[in-house]
Amino acid sequence: MELVLEADGLGRRYGGTWALRECSLRLPAGRVAALVGPNGAGKSTLLHLAVGLSRPDAGEVRVFGHVPYGNTELLAEIGFVAQDTPIYRDLTPEELVIMGGKLNRRWDATLVRTRLAQLGIPPGRPVGKLSGGQRAQVALALALAKRPRLLLLDEPVASLDPLARREFMQSLMGSVAESGTTVLLSSHILGDLERVCDYLIVLHSAEVKLAGPVEELLEGHRQLSGPRAAGARPIAGVAAVVRASHTDRQSTLLVRADGDPIDPEWTVRDVTLEDLILAYLTDDTVTRASHEAWGVPA
Amino acid sequence: MLIEFVLDGRSKVNTYVQLVQQVKQALRVGLLAPGDQLPKVREVAQSLAINPNTVLKAYRELEIEGLAEGRPGVGTFITASLHREALVNQAELRAELVDWVRRAQAVGLTAEEVTALVATTMRATFPASVTKESA
Repeated sequence: MELVLEADGLGRRYGGTWALRECSLRLPAGRVAALVGPNGAGKSTLLHLAVGLSRPDAGEVRVFGHVPYGNTELLAEIGFVAQDTPIYRDLTPEELVIMGGKLNRRWDATLVRTRLAQLGIPPGRPVGKLSGGQRAQVALALALAKRPRLLLLDEPVASLDPLARREFMQSLMGSVAESGTTVLLSSHILGDLERVCDYLIVLHSAEVKLAGPVEELLEGHRQLSGPRAAGARPIAGVAAVVRASHTDRQSTLLVRADGDPIDPEWTVRDVTLEDLILAYLTDDTVTRASHEAWGVPA
Repeated sequence: MLIEFVLDGRSKVNTYVQLVQQVKQALRVGLLAPGDQLPKVREVAQSLAINPNTVLKAYRELEIEGLAEGRPGVGTFITASLHREALVNQAELRAELVDWVRRAQAVGLTAEEVTALVATTMRATFPASVTKESA
C-alpha cells in the first residue's frame, strides 16, 4: 500500500500553545480523505505542515516519503488551495493561467482552460469580481493544472452557498475520477462528506481523535440503547464507550465494537458518519470545566 | 448515456448498493440489455458528486454477480440479462395479487398491515440476502 502522507508524533506550536500535538497518521494513495474538526482544532496547521509552509516543532511529516519543508521538488507534486481561496484578486483567470504556466514545471494549460470554459468562467474578468463559487472553481482548476499527486484543500466549500458547494464537489469528484489524485480536504460541514470521502481524520483540540477508512470506522462502531443499570457493567462485544448519555432509566451509548456479538440486553443500531464524527468531537471535560468556570452545576 | 443514476438522499442504503440496485432494476425492466455500456465512472462521480471509488465498487459488485464486465480503457458493459421469462407472466401475477389485496381489504386489513404481512411472508419464503437487498 503506497502511503501519500505519514505523520509521526507531529506537533506545531504557536507561542506557548500547541496547534497540533502528537499527531500520527497514515494516508494511503487514492483516497479522498476528510479532515474534520471545529475551528481551531488544528486542521489548517496540519495542511500547512503537509505542504511545507511551516516547519514542525515536534515529530515529522512526510509526503510521498519526503520531508515537505523547503522542498520545491516535492511541491510540484502537491496542489494546495488555502482557506478562502486567496488568489490574486486583480488578475483575471486568463492571467492566472499564464502565470501558473511560468511558475510551475508541470502545467496543463489545456486542462485548466477546458475546465474553466465548461464552467462558464469569463477569462477576462478580475477574479475579485467573480462570485465566491466561481473563485473557488478557478482556484481548484489552477491547483489541478499542476497535475498533482496529492491535492490539499483547506475548507474549500465553507464560504459557498449550497448550489456552489455542490458544483464544486461535482468538479472535484469528476477530476478525482480522471486523475486518481489523492485528496485531503478539511471541512466543518458534515453533510456531503459521507458520499465524497472514504477516509476520515477527526481532529479536536490539536489532537487526532479518530482516523481510518470510513467503511471500517462505520463497521467498527455501534449505537446502543438499554437500561441504565446495564451501563455500569462492562458490556460484551464493546471495546470502548466513545460517548454516553443517560436518562434516569435509559443509557444511550456510542461504542467501539470489538467484533464479538454485543450483549443482547442492548438494542444495537448502525452509526452514520455524522453520528461518529459528532461523538468523537463532543468533549465532556470541556463542558465540565466550563460549568466550573461559570460557577453553575453541570 | 443510457441510464442516469439517482440517489435517494434519505435512504440509509449504502450509496454503492443504490447504484447496483438501479442497474438491476434497469435490467429487470429491460431498460438495459447485454452489450450496453454503463455510464463512465467519471460521469457518475461528477453528476452525483460522489467518490469515484464508490462507483468503481458498484461496478465491481456487478462484475462479481456476473451481470457486467469491465473492459480496460473502454468502460463497463452489461453481459447478462435479468429480463427473465418469469416477468412475461407478470401481468397474470399482478391480477392475482390485486384480487388478494382486495380480499385483505374486505376482511379489514389496513394498508400498513398488508405491507407488513407481505414483508414477513417475503422474509419467510425468500433467502435472507434477497429480501435484505430489496428492503
